[in-house]
Amino acid sequence: MSDDHSHHHDHETSELDEVEVRVRALESVLTEKGYIDPEALDKIVELYETKIGPRNGAAVIAKAWSDDAYRAWLLEDGTAAIASLGYGGRQGEHMVVLENTPALHNMVVCTLCSCYPWPVLGLPPSWYKSKEYRARAVAEPRSVLREFGFELPAETRLRVWDSTSEMRYLVLPMRPAGTDGLSEKRLATLVTRDSMIGTGLPLPAGSAG
Amino acid sequence: MAKEPMIMSEMAKLSEALPEVAFQAPWQARAFAMAVALHERGAFTWQEWAEALASHIRLAQGQGDPDTGSTYYDHWLKALEKLVAEKSLAPVGMIEGYRRAWAHSASRTPHGRPIELSPADFHERDH
Repeated sequence: MSDDHSHHHDHETSELDEVEVRVRALESVLTEKGYIDPEALDKIVELYETKIGPRNGAAVIAKAWSDDAYRAWLLEDGTAAIASLGYGGRQGEHMVVLENTPALHNMVVCTLCSCYPWPVLGLPPSWYKSKEYRARAVAEPRSVLREFGFELPAETRLRVWDSTSEMRYLVLPMRPAGTDGLSEKRLATLVTRDSMIGTGLPLPAGSAG
Repeated sequence: MAKEPMIMSEMAKLSEALPEVAFQAPWQARAFAMAVALHERGAFTWQEWAEALASHIRLAQGQGDPDTGSTYYDHWLKALEKLVAEKSLAPVGMIEGYRRAWAHSASRTPHGRPIELSPADFHERDH
């Protein structure tokens, strides 16, 4: 041991940032106390890095566009309708689906802590977690939409929904014109993540999927 | 205030230009997974989690964090540590002991090798 110390050069050894030290210490302690299992943590990480994401929500939207009965169910009982496609689970226990119409555009925020509907959208993007978005989505939503690249017609009402620790919202965007006859799979490629938060619109018909 | 609209649209553009990753660093992924796992184990309710996270976000903003979204997991980690302490899931001294041990393990690990704890890391000599 003493040999290692006497020849100690910082650039030859490893380093952990303060946050890395804190996270490793927590994981060690909680594992030793039996509260968590590192392999279970690995699975959770893998799930959210590779398997859960907006493609889930896009499949829900595409089905709603294609199937009127499913659409009605989705609007009445979002949790059950979404779960029926296999997209239930954490943060999807209380889903409400918000229908956009020519008269009404919906937008979702979580002003306190950036709660987000993980099963259908995965983890939130950085901008959704910013103070910027949390404050301005409520205070000046039309201006926010403008910065996201679209101008809401003056005659379209805009409603902003604030997620709570319980409720999660998913926007059902309007189906783009000229998409009659497209398969659900093809329709899903037009559904953007932002269109399901309400800060964007689906891609137009004919967009590369 | 005039600066803020620029930040917003830069963010929106960024979100389209870069491939989205769930976590910017492994520590964020572990912190995320720990909170999820502890909640599922019943250590705290999701309401308690949301309140802890919200309060740390407010605290950070009060201390001058511009809170652009990149520090979100810093808040997440603090909220996790706070709840672990509040719920007495582990003694504070134990956590501090492990922090010192991990820091020591890193300092004795050659660059490029995996950093692992050994019993000796808990008994480092002061020098």
